[in-house]
Amino acid sequence: MTTLPAPDPNLARREEIQRLAAGSENRRKIYSGVAMSICGVFLAVALVPLVSVLAYTVQRGIRAWSAAFFAHLPTPAGIPGGGIWNAIVGSLIIDGLAAAVAVPFGIVAGLYLAESEGRVAGVIRFAADVLSGVPSIIIGIFAYIALVRGLGHFSAAAGSFAIGVLMLPIIIRASETAIRSVPSTLTEAGLSLGARRSTVARRVILPTALPGLITGVLLAVARGVGETAPLLFTAIGSQYFASNPTQPMAALPLVVFQDGIQAYPDLQMTAWGTALFLIAVVLVLSVGSRLFAARLGRVR
Amino acid sequence: MAQRAVLERDPLKEDQGPDGITGKRLHLPVMPDGLYRTILAAAAALFCLLIVALVVTLVVQARPAFVHFGLGFLTGTNWDPVHVKYGALPFVIGTLETTAIAMVLAIPVGLGTALVLVHAVHPKLRAPLSTAIELLAAVPSVVYGLWALLVVAPWVRSIIEPDLARTTGGTGPFSGPQLGIGLLLAGLVLFVMVLPTMVAISRDVIASVPKEEVEGAYALGATRWQVLWRVVLPSARVGLLGAVTLSTGRALGETIAVTMVIGNSTAIAHSLFSPAATLSSVIANQFTEATEPFHLSSLIALGVVLLAVAVLVNATARLLVRSVGRRSASSVALA
Repeated sequence: MTTLPAPDPNLARREEIQRLAAGSENRRKIYSGVAMSICGVFLAVALVPLVSVLAYTVQRGIRAWSAAFFAHLPTPAGIPGGGIWNAIVGSLIIDGLAAAVAVPFGIVAGLYLAESEGRVAGVIRFAADVLSGVPSIIIGIFAYIALVRGLGHFSAAAGSFAIGVLMLPIIIRASETAIRSVPSTLTEAGLSLGARRSTVARRVILPTALPGLITGVLLAVARGVGETAPLLFTAIGSQYFASNPTQPMAALPLVVFQDGIQAYPDLQMTAWGTALFLIAVVLVLSVGSRLFAARLGRVR
Repeated sequence: MAQRAVLERDPLKEDQGPDGITGKRLHLPVMPDGLYRTILAAAAALFCLLIVALVVTLVVQARPAFVHFGLGFLTGTNWDPVHVKYGALPFVIGTLETTAIAMVLAIPVGLGTALVLVHAVHPKLRAPLSTAIELLAAVPSVVYGLWALLVVAPWVRSIIEPDLARTTGGTGPFSGPQLGIGLLLAGLVLFVMVLPTMVAISRDVIASVPKEEVEGAYALGATRWQVLWRVVLPSARVGLLGAVTLSTGRALGETIAVTMVIGNSTAIAHSLFSPAATLSSVIANQFTEATEPFHLSSLIALGVVLLAVAVLVNATARLLVRSVGRRSASSVALA
């Protein structure tokens, strides 16, 4: 940028722009038109993959869908009639367990951050931000060492642990934002009526922040449902029905991964069908979270 | 503090509260302020402990590999579990190359898209287009992997790679057999996957450039592109650098989609068309097969390298983006 040693930097910038604007108008307009068109093309380029991913997944996935697809257990390659019932249940159990721990934990930690200023809170906030950028496979390694190796076998619980760790930073930061947006007048009114802090939190702050909290939870669950890498060495997948979290378990993203890389067309079709189901679940959660966010915006 | 003694009883307890505000009731126990604060602090402390445990666990488990191979672990070019030789250089290079391909594409496309979204698109189209691009981020990475493997790979093999080879003479990075899967495809998928992050954060950063500066430049007679290039971009540069850094961090660590399309060769790739591997793809591929202790330890050591890079990149990005004012809720969630 122009940081000329001028007496007034604003003046210097103004002069620079005036100089620019004094060029040939035709040439400037053509130049601008071309540059803006290129940016427009970039926008189109950005939209093509979105349309392509969705179109192919819908087109190929819908062919796999049938009542049996959702109700049956997987069959070996070449034998028709297989389904993903065990993976649906598996994902529900794995992500449900993860959310059951991460949601209350995350909201309480978010409440702490929202009510604290200063260095310690700053460090925790920063740590949460950085953790949300840590590759999910690393969380998977952590869960493997901490739980799989300790217990001696792969388990859905280890997968839940990994997914829960992934959800935490999202829930914490979203909760903090939601709780901070509760007008301080409400909190102060509660306190001035003599309520304890915990009572104000549960009767005033959390209910008022509820749409924001739900937004955060939905986003975290949407992220968790689609994560594959942390499940590779934890829940590991299964061809059988399992509802015991101490055992290996199938999960939707694992089905997409494990069937998708096979050369058998029917397994690839199962992968597309599962991918479509996964996208549908994730989009419903994401759009839901947006609706709650919009509602939060209206209330304010 | 004086009223504390007076107010041992709780006026909002049970049904006396102003329920117009509270709506549905949450049944949490009433507790003294001290206990309440302790619980909050305990949750925060537990979270910190979790992060410390993660780092310590990984470093401890990776230690045998680091101690045994020393710096040679990072510079060794041979990854051969059979002969207990572990050199991570091919994967470091593979990670850097795929990330570079992705970012070379994502920076211009992402910036251009963000500029158009904020400054050129009809206001009515702005929200739906932004939402559409952000929904790209919600699509699970395994679905991108499936799409890339079964849809994009054949296209890359039959169209992109032959064309590239023809126009460049088929030498150097454009030589060798055209397989579809390999470095180029992995880079392309990463490009698609980091684009939403790039666009969403750039858009917020660009939108937070003071209106006065933009309008001032227009008033002086600058064209739209001159305003964007000479006023908006320079003024947003710190935040944009943050957007680029954050996107780079995503590309560096992305695992499953890359694993599905990169071909997983432990040799250093000599062509864009060659199969290769990244730090994360090797971990994903070999972790459950690692029976020999050094193998597992070396794979975890790759994880430690990846973790260190990810933390560095993300910490930098956060500092850069944080210095830029307010961000929209949607892009906060993305990042």
